[in-house]
Amino acid sequence: GKHHRIPTSVEQVKLLDRFSTSNKSLTGTLYLTATHLLFIDSSQRETWILHHHIAAVEKLPLTTSGCPLVIQCKNFRTVHFVVPRERDCHDIYNSLLQLSRTAKYEELYAFSYNPKQNESEQVKGWQLIDLAEEYKRMGVPNDYWQLSDANRDYKICETYPRELYVPRTASKPIIVGSSKFRSKGRFPVLSYYHKNKEAAICRCSQPLSGFSARCLEDEHMLQAISKANPSNRYMYVMDTRPKLNAMANRAAGKGYENEDNYSNIRFQFVGIENIHVMRSSLQKLLEGMGLSVNDFLSGLENSGWLRHIKAVLDAAVFLAKAIAVESASVLVHCSDGWDRTSQVCSLGALLLDSYYRTIKGFMVLIEKDWISFGHKFSDRCCQLDGDPKEISPVFTQFLESVWNLTEQFPQAFEYNEAFLLQIHEHVHSCQFGNFLGNCQKEREELKLKEKTYSLWPFLLAEQKKYQNPLYNPDFSPELTLLEPNTVSFNFKFWRNMYHQFDRSMHPRQSVLNLIMNTSEQNKQLEEDIKELEAVSITKHVCALVTCSSDYSCYSAANFHLNVTAVWPSTYSVSGDLNFHCFFL
Amino acid sequence: MEFAELIKTPRADNVVLHRPFHPAVEGTLCLTGHHLIFSSRRHDNAEELWLLHSNIDSIEKRFVGSLGSIVIKCKDLRIIQLDIPGMEECLNIASSIEALSTLDSVTLMYPFFYRPMFEVLEDGWSSFLLEQEFEHLSSVTNEWRLSCVNKEFSVCPSYPPVVIVPKSIDDEALRRVALFRYGGRFPVLSYYHKKNGMAMLRSSQPLTGTNGRRCKEDEKLINSTLRSGRRGFVIDTRPLNVAQQARAKGGGFEQEVHYPQWRRIHKYIERFHILQESFIKLVEACNDQSHNMDRWLSKLEASNWLTHIKELLTAACLAAQCIDREGASVLVHGSEGTDSTLQVTSLAQIILDPRCRTIRGFEALVVREWLQAGHPFQQRCAQSAYSNSKQKWEAPVFLLFLECVWQIHRQFPCSFEFNEHFLILLFEHAYASQFGTFLGNNESERAKLKLPQKTMSLWSWVNRPEELSRFQNPLYEANSLVIWPSVAPQSLQLWEGIFLRWNRPSRFLEEAEEERINIIKYNKELQAKVNVLRRQLAEMETDGEVQEEEP
Repeated sequence: GKHHRIPTSVEQVKLLDRFSTSNKSLTGTLYLTATHLLFIDSSQRETWILHHHIAAVEKLPLTTSGCPLVIQCKNFRTVHFVVPRERDCHDIYNSLLQLSRTAKYEELYAFSYNPKQNESEQVKGWQLIDLAEEYKRMGVPNDYWQLSDANRDYKICETYPRELYVPRTASKPIIVGSSKFRSKGRFPVLSYYHKNKEAAICRCSQPLSGFSARCLEDEHMLQAISKANPSNRYMYVMDTRPKLNAMANRAAGKGYENEDNYSNIRFQFVGIENIHVMRSSLQKLLEGMGLSVNDFLSGLENSGWLRHIKAVLDAAVFLAKAIAVESASVLVHCSDGWDRTSQVCSLGALLLDSYYRTIKGFMVLIEKDWISFGHKFSDRCCQLDGDPKEISPVFTQFLESVWNLTEQFPQAFEYNEAFLLQIHEHVHSCQFGNFLGNCQKEREELKLKEKTYSLWPFLLAEQKKYQNPLYNPDFSPELTLLEPNTVSFNFKFWRNMYHQFDRSMHPRQSVLNLIMNTSEQNKQLEEDIKELEAVSITKHVCALVTCSSDYSCYSAANFHLNVTAVWPSTYSVSGDLNFHCFFL
Repeated sequence: MEFAELIKTPRADNVVLHRPFHPAVEGTLCLTGHHLIFSSRRHDNAEELWLLHSNIDSIEKRFVGSLGSIVIKCKDLRIIQLDIPGMEECLNIASSIEALSTLDSVTLMYPFFYRPMFEVLEDGWSSFLLEQEFEHLSSVTNEWRLSCVNKEFSVCPSYPPVVIVPKSIDDEALRRVALFRYGGRFPVLSYYHKKNGMAMLRSSQPLTGTNGRRCKEDEKLINSTLRSGRRGFVIDTRPLNVAQQARAKGGGFEQEVHYPQWRRIHKYIERFHILQESFIKLVEACNDQSHNMDRWLSKLEASNWLTHIKELLTAACLAAQCIDREGASVLVHGSEGTDSTLQVTSLAQIILDPRCRTIRGFEALVVREWLQAGHPFQQRCAQSAYSNSKQKWEAPVFLLFLECVWQIHRQFPCSFEFNEHFLILLFEHAYASQFGTFLGNNESERAKLKLPQKTMSLWSWVNRPEELSRFQNPLYEANSLVIWPSVAPQSLQLWEGIFLRWNRPSRFLEEAEEERINIIKYNKELQAKVNVLRRQLAEMETDGEVQEEEP
C-alpha cells in the first residue's frame, strides 16, 4: 500500500466552520505527509490531523465552489474542506482512505515515532509504571493473597497478564478448573485490595453455566475469595450486564452464577449496556447535535449517552460502597470481562483510593485495569483496519465518568481535564506503544518496549499542564470513600471532549488556565522572595542585578485569552426578513 | 391592621425543621408580623432560620395522626418542612403563614417596617439619577437632551419623570408621539454607543391601527438618530403575525412607507404565562431527584427554559450587532415595551458596554433599564415557581435577564466585576426583600408610596464595602471590548446556582471557589511582598552608593 498517489499539496482549499450559518471559511493549502494531514491557512495557522485519528472520510456531491471533503476524527474533531478541483479531492480522498487504514501494527505511527531518546531513557520510560510495585502498595501479597505463577506463560489465559494475584487457598487445580469454566479462560483474580477493610475487588468473565452446568473448582474459587476476607463472609458477585442479556447468554452455554451453587454470594445485576449499544449511542450523540436547544437536548436524550455514563458510575458507586461500608469483597464480571468489568473495577478503585486521583496513580490504574487485564484497545479504537462491530467507546466512557467526578469534587484530583483529554488523544493516536494491541501477550510479541515509547514519561514531563491548581492532597484521607451524587442532573454534556476543536463554543476566558497560571506564578514568587530575602540579609547589594525577574510580565493581562471580538457564527437570525442577505 | 390578629399561635415548641442535605433539627418556631423564625435549642450549635413571609410562595399541610407538617415553598425556590406537634397549633400556624404571606397592601410589606442595623453611607435612592447618566453622555455628544415632559407622570405613567431624547425634538412633539405609542411610551434613549455614535432607543408599539395611522413627530424623532444616508433597525420582539394582529386592537408596527430609512426585524421573544409555565416546569424537573436520565433530559427540554435563554441572547446579540457591526441605530419594542424590550436593551448593553459589567454599572443598568423604565416588578414577581395562582401578569422576565447575564458571565468569567452571588442576590430581592427597591410597578407608583422616604434602598445596603466584598469577582480585569457570547446550545448551561441551589450538596463546590479566591489573594500578597523587598534592596543600594562617595 505504500505506492498510492500522494498529491504533495493542494492550494486554495477552504476550511469551513461547521457551526457557521453564514458559510464562514478559511482559505489555505492542504499538505499530506506520511503521518499527518496538514492545513495551513492564509494567516499561517496550522491544523494538524494525524492519519490514525481519522475515523471517516466522506466526499460530498460537487458544489459550485468545489468538492467538499468531510473528515471525522476519533478525537471528535470534524473538519469540512472544500477542494477546488474534483480530481485533487478524489486523490486526497483515496490517499486518506489508505493512510488512515493500517493493516499491520508495524505500520502504526508508534513504530516510526522518534522522540530523540536514547535506549536507556526508553527503557526507563517503560519502567515508570511498575504493577508489582502497585500490588505491594495495596498490601499484597499478604496472609490471604499471593502471586500466582499459573499464567506465567499465558497458558491458562492469553488475554490476562503473566502476573496474577489470587487467594492463597486457591490451588493450581482450582485455578485451572475455574478458568475452564469461564469465558476466554478469564478466571477470578484480584484487581484491587483494600488494606483497611481487608476486602478485595476481583474480576473475571462470565461463567459457562448455560442453564444448569456447574463447576466445583469455580465454586471453590469464589469461596476462596470470600474466605480471603476475614472481615466479612459474604461477597457480592456483580454482573454488570442487563439481566436480559445475561439470561440470553445461557442459551449459548454462558450465563451467570446460580446463587444456590455458590455459598455466601450475593448476586447483583447492574445493567450496563454492551459495546454495540455504546457504539451506536455515541454515533447518535455525535449526529444529534442540532442548532436549537431542543434538538440538542432531545438528541442528547435519544442517544442515551448520559444514561450509560450514569449506569457506569452507579455501578462503581455500588461496588465501592460494598467494600467501604460493608467490608465485603466483590467479584465483577460482564461477558468477557474486559469492557464493562474494566470500567467498573477501575472506577470503583478510584472512588476508594485517593492514590488513583493523583497523576501517577491514574496512570497506574489505566495500566492495571485496562492495559494489563486486556481491554482490547486495538479493536475498540480501531487501530488496525478490522471489524467495525468491535469498535466501542468504552474507555472514553471511563474518562467521562472520571471527568464527572472531577466536576463534583474539584479539589480531590491532582489532574485536570486537560490530562483526561490528552490521554484520550493518545489512546487513538497510536503514537506511543502503551495502548497498541489487545493484550499483554500481543504487546510482548510486538516487542513494543523495544520498538516504541511509553506515553507516561512524556505526560509526566509536561505535568504542569495537567495539574489541577485546586488539588488538595488532604481532601480525603488515603482510603476514605468518595461518594458522588448520581442524581441525573449532575451529569453534564462534556463539551470540552466532544467539541474540543470547535473553539467558538467555549468560554473565551478560561478560569482553569487563569488559576493554573496564577498558582504557577505564586510558586515562582515564593522562590523570588526567598532569593530577595537572602540577598537582603547578606546585604550583597550587587546581587540585585541577578534577580532580574521581570514582574511586569506578571500582569494579569497575560492570563487572558485573546478576547478580541471573535464573531461567533451561531446567532440564528431567521426572521421574517432575510436578514443575512441584507448584511452580505 | 394589627398583625397580631393574624397570628393565632405565635410560638410552637418541639418543632422539627427538615431541609435537604441537612440533618433534621428540633427547635422553637415563632411567627412575627413579617418573619417566620426557627431557632434550634442545641447549645453546641445554635441555629436560626429567618424567613420573610413575603418569600413564601406556597404552603402545604399534611397530617399523620396528631403530628402536622407544613411544607413551605419559597420564592427563592427553597423548600423546607416543619413538623409541628398538635393539630390545632399546626393549623393555626399554617393559616397565619398563609395570611401573612399574601398581604395585599404594599404598605404592610416588610420594607415599611424594616429598620436598618447598618450605617447608611450613601442613600441608594439617589445613587443612580438619570441626570448623572446624562452628564456622562454630555461629555461625548451634544445631540441629546434631558426632558422633563413627564414630570407629573402625565405623559406616560410608566416612565420616570425625566428621560433622554434627541435634542431636536421638543416636549410638545414628545406629547404627540406619546399619543401614538402604547401606554404613552414614546421612544427614548436606552444606550449611546460612544465608539461610533449609534443609539439604541426603546419604546412601545406604535398605535397605527388598521388604517395605518401615522405620526410625523414619531418619524422625525427616530429619524433624528440616524446618520445621513444610513439606515436604522427596528427590532420588534413579536413575530410578524402577532404584530399584524395587534393592528386590530389599535396597535401595530412601523410600516415601510412611513419609515423608509428603517429596516424592521421581527425577533420573537416569548412572554407572560408561557415563561411562567416554563419556569414552573423547570423547577419541577429540578426538584425531582428520582428522575432517570431520559426523564430528566426530556423534562429539561419540555420546560423550554434554555430555548428562551437562547432566543433572548440571540435577540440581544442581534441588537448589539446592528449597533457595533453595522453602525446603525436601533429601536427596540414589543407590545407594551416593559418586558422583552427591556430584556433586549439591557442585555445588549452588557455585551457592548464595559461599564455595565462593573458592580456599580450593573446596578445603574438595573435601575435605568428595569426600575425607571417601568418593568412592573410587583406584578411580575408577585409569585414564583410554586404558585398556583396562574395570574397572567406573573412572569420570570427579570430572572431570565439575570440568567442571560450569568450565561455571558460564564463565557467571559474575567470580564465582570461582580460574581454569581450578586445575580442571585438580585433575584432574591426582586421577589422578597426588606428593601423597598423592587416594590411598585414603576416610578410613579414608587413616588406615591413614598418609597424613598419610607423604605431603605437595596443599594444603600449592598454598596457598603463589607457587603460589596462578597460580591466581587476575584478574576475581574476590566475588558473594554465588546463581548460576543456563543449561543450554541452546547454553550448554554442550566443555572445551577439558582435551580439546583437547594437540591444538591454544594460544600465541595464552595470550598473549591474559596480556594480559587485564595490563590488569587495569595498572588496579590506575594507580589506586594516582592515589591517591598525590591524597594528595600534598591534603597540599600543607593545608601551604599552614597557611602562609597563620601570618603
